[in-house]
Amino acid sequence: MNIFDPQGPIAAAQKTILIDSVGIMLAIVLPTIAAIFAFAFWFRESNPRATYQPHWAYSGRLELVVWSIPTLTIILLGGVAWIGSHQLDPARPIDGTGAPVRIQVVSLDWKWLFIYPDQGIATVNTLTVPVGSPLDLELTSGSVMNAFFIPQLGSMIYTMNGMVTRLKLRADNQGTLQGLSSHFSGDGFPDMKFDVQVVPQLQFPDWVARTAQTDRVLNAESYGKLAQQSVETVTSTYRLEDPRLFHAIVTQEIPPGPGPKLTSESAQSHIGGQDVR
Amino acid sequence: MFGKLNWSAIPIDQPIPMIASGVVALVILGVLAWVVLAGHLPYLWREWITSVDHKRIGVMYTLLAMVMLLRGFSDALMMRSQQAVAFQSQGYLPPEHYNQIFSAHGTIMIFFVAMPFVIGLMNLVVPLQLGVRDVAFPTLNSVGFWLTATGALLVNISLVVGEFARTGWLPYPPLSGLTYSPGVGVDYYLWALQISGVGTLVAGINLVTTVLKLRTRGMTYLRMPMFCWTTLASSLLIVAAFPILTATLAMLILDRYFGFHFFTNEAGGNVMMFMNLIWAWGHPEVYILVLPAFGIFSEVVSTFSGKPLFGYRSMVLATMAICVISFMVWLHHFFTMGAGPYVNAIFGIASMIIAVPTGVKIYNWLFTMYGGRVRFDTPMLWAIGFMVTFILGGLTGVLVAVPPADFLLHNSLFLVAHFHNVIIGGVLFGAFAGYAYWFPKAFGFRLHEGLGKAAFWCWLIGFYVAFMPLYALGFLGMTRRMQHYDVPEWRPWLLIAGVGAVIILIGIIFQIMQLTVSIHRREELRDRTGDPWDGRSLEWATASPPPVFNFAIPPDVTGEDAYWSLKAHAKQQGLEKRELDYKDIEMPRNSPTGFVCAFFATIMGFALIWHIWWMVAAGVIGAFATFVAFAWRDHDEYVIAAKEVARIDRANIEERRALTSLAGA
Repeated sequence: MNIFDPQGPIAAAQKTILIDSVGIMLAIVLPTIAAIFAFAFWFRESNPRATYQPHWAYSGRLELVVWSIPTLTIILLGGVAWIGSHQLDPARPIDGTGAPVRIQVVSLDWKWLFIYPDQGIATVNTLTVPVGSPLDLELTSGSVMNAFFIPQLGSMIYTMNGMVTRLKLRADNQGTLQGLSSHFSGDGFPDMKFDVQVVPQLQFPDWVARTAQTDRVLNAESYGKLAQQSVETVTSTYRLEDPRLFHAIVTQEIPPGPGPKLTSESAQSHIGGQDVR
Repeated sequence: MFGKLNWSAIPIDQPIPMIASGVVALVILGVLAWVVLAGHLPYLWREWITSVDHKRIGVMYTLLAMVMLLRGFSDALMMRSQQAVAFQSQGYLPPEHYNQIFSAHGTIMIFFVAMPFVIGLMNLVVPLQLGVRDVAFPTLNSVGFWLTATGALLVNISLVVGEFARTGWLPYPPLSGLTYSPGVGVDYYLWALQISGVGTLVAGINLVTTVLKLRTRGMTYLRMPMFCWTTLASSLLIVAAFPILTATLAMLILDRYFGFHFFTNEAGGNVMMFMNLIWAWGHPEVYILVLPAFGIFSEVVSTFSGKPLFGYRSMVLATMAICVISFMVWLHHFFTMGAGPYVNAIFGIASMIIAVPTGVKIYNWLFTMYGGRVRFDTPMLWAIGFMVTFILGGLTGVLVAVPPADFLLHNSLFLVAHFHNVIIGGVLFGAFAGYAYWFPKAFGFRLHEGLGKAAFWCWLIGFYVAFMPLYALGFLGMTRRMQHYDVPEWRPWLLIAGVGAVIILIGIIFQIMQLTVSIHRREELRDRTGDPWDGRSLEWATASPPPVFNFAIPPDVTGEDAYWSLKAHAKQQGLEKRELDYKDIEMPRNSPTGFVCAFFATIMGFALIWHIWWMVAAGVIGAFATFVAFAWRDHDEYVIAAKEVARIDRANIEERRALTSLAGA
């Protein structure tokens, strides 16, 4: 999950910006730290060779320098931020080899649901993508707020109920990557992780065909079960019955996931969970 | 009868909170028993609990902060040890407990450690530096303190009765809504902060008024010590920002108690509105904390370099610039919500702009040392440790202000490391510097230097060992708030971070030893001059501890560094022998209003959390009745006779004169 080992163009560009920004700042930070130590040491009380200037407290020229150094640095970095924000806007289309793959991501308590509307399949806690293809992600949440993040592909983004965020990614090397939830979402949060299988372009249709043969079907009813609070340690795959499922989640046609069950009062009573109103 | 409250609210089956709270309860009972049995209760009531003296209130704020630091740090130790052991296992803390711990840690450290520490120091020092006798509204000051204490008490009650929030230190809905957090945890959070928030707001109003309206003769704005300027800026931020917090939390309360839909998923609620509002308060909040720390460092660096602050006017300008810009950057806390590139870029650049005045401040402290005679007493060590550490924190801060870099680092341990870097390295080091620097002023004796230096080195080294690994973990993709994990690359870094926490623990033990040893040896550490550090501003012109009226005769200020020029003048001419013209002094009477008000506020808060409506009514009526009773008071001041003033002041002058002639000989 090392962000210094990017596996796609977005993460690579973001890593470059990160390193460049640190470099620009170190150019003034290191001399400043050195000066702090040097001044403190040289002007120590016990040093008879240091000249004491008890009234020296102003110098117009120094003030000019003092304001200019951080200003110039920030102008430079501000340029980096401006250009970077535009070039690496999560919603900005990217190119790649092969046809784009559309994926709809739903964060649930506490698992990730990935819907492939064009392929008519869905997976839980595992994401399979073809290498080199532009990935066109639409994200929402089925319950609380969350954040979708595959560190080696870059661009973390929030998922929010009733809203859609858009993210374009691309994976450039085959292999297995790790993804996780990077916004605290409750008790099962640390288990809310998924693996990303980056497969060769030609194998992707095979994987789709294999997955479509599953007898499990994703529809409003099975989604409702999935939306219950639980931790899923195994991955699972579904055939998508209704291609409009994501739309139904976003528009709250399917209501947001329920919270903890309050009926098991033994587990909840000590927190005052039972509703007396 | 008791709303949601019943015996099952006390988690008898969970050993950790029961043992922890048992120990706390024993300590509290022990202290109370000692106070009552040794007959200290009337003294405490008369001199401290009902006191409206800004110095006493300042000391009590600081004490509250230090006690709560122990609580917040225990939480930190539990988190570090949990993450050290929870590799491919559940560790020893289940999620529902771990999630409360990190939420309580953040809430306590910000609201009940950092805030009372800086407000306490401002309370103690600002009226002295301005050369006045008290703050503008002394009784309100006491109310503010006790309401803050109420909040702290409610947070600690949640340890035993019920639970605390499990949502993080900022309760983002919908997780904090009734659907996903049906327990009382979030309610504890909300009412603790609503009540202490009122306390903070009145403290801010009080300090703004004090700085703007109560300055001694000749103390023009541009002659005020830097700490007064940063207090002004910080208090203005409090007055402008805390109402936003109150309103935001009030909306969440309406959602939770009355089924409103401000921030729910359903019925058109907008969760992102909460994030916008909470950070519209939250970002100024970090400057509310750090600006007073900047002021403390300005005082310390200048005093221990034996020079005036370099570029005073630049510093004032930088302070006020930070004060204004801090309101325009809140969106950088959620660049990852998918707003467009223009929004992200503009808020990113605005955030970076704050680094300019901050950088100017660093350079000004640097040039204050230039040409000085730098003495490395404990406060100065904290200041130098701060300068180096804070620059690194600033670097990582500007880094996450670059939106594309933030897309990789947001919500990761890199972010956690960044804000601890600026809050420990900036606010806490500043508070400790101020504590060591002004302790002799408050109590009349110094703190033990050797133990203070040992504490400093443990904190500094411990900080780096504990938080540099978190930067590395952020690069390795680890997010914050993980109760367990199974990535082997993370483990070694988390173990190192745990060692760092232990080093900080040793630092805290040194601080406790320092305090006890210093109290024990107070006679040999006694400061008779009132000016132990060769200070420059007016707080050093009066005795340590200062008499209740601070100054027998309000000092006349003729320039910056008021006391320094008085001393220079006296060195040339000798201490003046002429008889001073003492007058009667009117001082505000002590009042139990604050304590009684907070007592009823505690009852009200607790009852609201548990839906005990009759008790809510009792609390509200009690608090209001206290306020009415105070408003109908007949005598609110008492007079100290000129003769008494003269006696106290002459004793101090004699002492100083004797010591000066001793030094001269």
